[in-house]
Amino acid sequence: MELALEILPQVLLEGLVLGFMYALIALGYTMVYGVLEFINFAHSEIFVLGAFVGVEVLFWLQDTGQLAVLHPVFVLSLVIAAGMLISGLAAMALERVAYRPLQGSPRLVALISAIGASFFLQDALRLFESLWRNTFYLNYPTLDVLDQVLPVATTLVVPVKSLMVIAISLLSMAGLFYFVNRTRIGTAIRAVAQDPETASLMGIPVNRVIALTFFVGGAMGGLAGVLFGLHYSLVNPYSGFVPGLKAFTAAVLGGIGNIPGAMLGGMVLGLLEAFAASYLSILTDGAFGAEYKDVFAFLVLITILIFRPRGLLGETVREGRA
Amino acid sequence: MSSSLPSLGLFAYIAASSVLAFIFPQSVLAFLLVEASLLLLCYVPAPLKIKIYLAALVLLILIPFLGTFNGYYLEVAIQIGIYVALALGLNIVVGFVGLLNLGFVAFYAIGAYLWAIFGSPQANEFIRGGFFPLSANWFFLFLIFSIVVGALTGTLLGLPVLRLRGDYLAIVTLGFAEVVRALVNNLDKPINITNGPKGISPIVKPPLFFKPWLQFLGLEIADSTLYPLYFYFLILVMALLIILITRRLEDSRVGRAWKAIREDELAASAMGVPVVRMKLFAFAVGASFASAVGVLFAAKQVFINPESFTFMESIGVLAMVILGGMGSIPGAILGATGVTILNLQLLKGLSLWLNGLRQSGAELTLPLLGSYSLSQLPAQFEPAKYERMVFGLILILMMIFRPQGILPPRRNR
Repeated sequence: MELALEILPQVLLEGLVLGFMYALIALGYTMVYGVLEFINFAHSEIFVLGAFVGVEVLFWLQDTGQLAVLHPVFVLSLVIAAGMLISGLAAMALERVAYRPLQGSPRLVALISAIGASFFLQDALRLFESLWRNTFYLNYPTLDVLDQVLPVATTLVVPVKSLMVIAISLLSMAGLFYFVNRTRIGTAIRAVAQDPETASLMGIPVNRVIALTFFVGGAMGGLAGVLFGLHYSLVNPYSGFVPGLKAFTAAVLGGIGNIPGAMLGGMVLGLLEAFAASYLSILTDGAFGAEYKDVFAFLVLITILIFRPRGLLGETVREGRA
Repeated sequence: MSSSLPSLGLFAYIAASSVLAFIFPQSVLAFLLVEASLLLLCYVPAPLKIKIYLAALVLLILIPFLGTFNGYYLEVAIQIGIYVALALGLNIVVGFVGLLNLGFVAFYAIGAYLWAIFGSPQANEFIRGGFFPLSANWFFLFLIFSIVVGALTGTLLGLPVLRLRGDYLAIVTLGFAEVVRALVNNLDKPINITNGPKGISPIVKPPLFFKPWLQFLGLEIADSTLYPLYFYFLILVMALLIILITRRLEDSRVGRAWKAIREDELAASAMGVPVVRMKLFAFAVGASFASAVGVLFAAKQVFINPESFTFMESIGVLAMVILGGMGSIPGAILGATGVTILNLQLLKGLSLWLNGLRQSGAELTLPLLGSYSLSQLPAQFEPAKYERMVFGLILILMMIFRPQGILPPRRNR
């Protein structure tokens, strides 16, 4: 077990990075579920869209020669802002086109439409990139600063990339927390989540609040997409499916509809997955390896749903249309 | 004798379209016309007896006959049969009971791997003695066995998850399918059961038990032409059986209980419908259909790997059920046929046509936009590769504009 303990700090770091990424995506699922009580299945594509916007902006900076000149912090802010904005707008458009016409119909109808939207967006992205660049497997241009590593100890090497993911995630989550809990618009979002009918009687424009929720959730997904691209450098139109499913697991794990729950669920799932990836093969003497980490996440989901469907921080789910 | 006019018209249409397909054996359009005759049969007001005779004529004689000239026709027909059977299975779960099962492909994979493992040398990896591959005669036994295994796994999955609410159920079944796929993908170690991503081959084909009879009749047909015909008739029989079973189930007490659960679960349980047992039964029936079709699929393909059992397959079958109309047997058949033809014939045809244009390098002159050389069309742009977009559009558009589907089920009042 000597070796097992030695890699622990590195595994923890890996798990934290994954966890923050899942948490950011999970926020989109959970916020939409909060106001509409429905699983926005296409959120994983909103996430991937963010990654693609990020890579396109970086390519554009590279082609115009700006990438080497501009300050990296400025470059990062620009890429992130673009990713968040476009993803947020796309999520709003999605709500307008594929979900709002279905308000009041059974929940499964909206879910099926969302699955359709997810599939449609995957191939729409592929089509666009195929026509534009003749390939849809894109590689993020490298930023020198991000490729550095900080050797903290013999057992822990901290890449600047990981620090960036953690710092930006923390910052944006704090911002979201403030927005939802301390501003008037945030209060409106919470009111709609609690009871849309009463909220509308109180003069809250429910449809606009729903659209705004989609924007905010989508922007968080877009941010996660940009960070995903910067960290793992490879994106393709289909790379959202598995992270999306895991982020949904994280949202359910934390208690769907619950914003701190999504953050907690993401962390727990990310850490669990990192542990499974590193220790499964050590514990089973190489019989089962890291390839089972996806299975592991789904087993967590199934177990949670069966034994504690409200999640770790679950709120009482409103009795709705079944 | 005015009532015989539609029948005559139908007959004339079938004759004309099959002559066309016979003259142009490579034409997608001609074969589509033949296929359309079956759809026409449903709508033309003619006596039922005549319709059945005409359908039998098309299914039993015309399509196999045309298929011997262009093997691709037969391949398309077999694929349609497979998807009709799958769609009917999913239709029970989604359409009759209203449970959204996004992991339907898992049961299909289980059936396929069941025969693939034992009907190939693969099983020697973990059972000593060199018994494998099993001889072709075991095929039909495994077909029955797969029904049992499918029903069992369906029940096993159903037991814990059926208490979940609709959308959670959907995600858990999706997770289940991904777990099955990951297992199939990775169980090449520590014991090699599924051979992992490399897949399994060669898989034994079903037995040609009727060959002596053919020889008795003086027919000498090479195995390579016989097998596609054989698979065609096998899947035809299987699909017809499934249609028959589903119809009988739909009109039975069980079917009424299913629909009662779909309309209002609480009310159904108050009326004494054993909700959980009925849901489990639906899961088991759907799963056993899929699993049996899987066995046939494995035998037909000779080679299978995990790539054939992705989430996209589940969504494809779901799109078929939804396009046709949830809970409607004719709808499921129409949806499966339509989507398969769209994928295999129309989109592929379009791809080939675009490729032809690209190679011809013709100039396209548009007013105002100037001219554009078609050879510059990006090679990535191939409609046949955009199945997901098609499925996605079907799902969204149907949900928004016609959630009940093209052929909605008739409600008994």
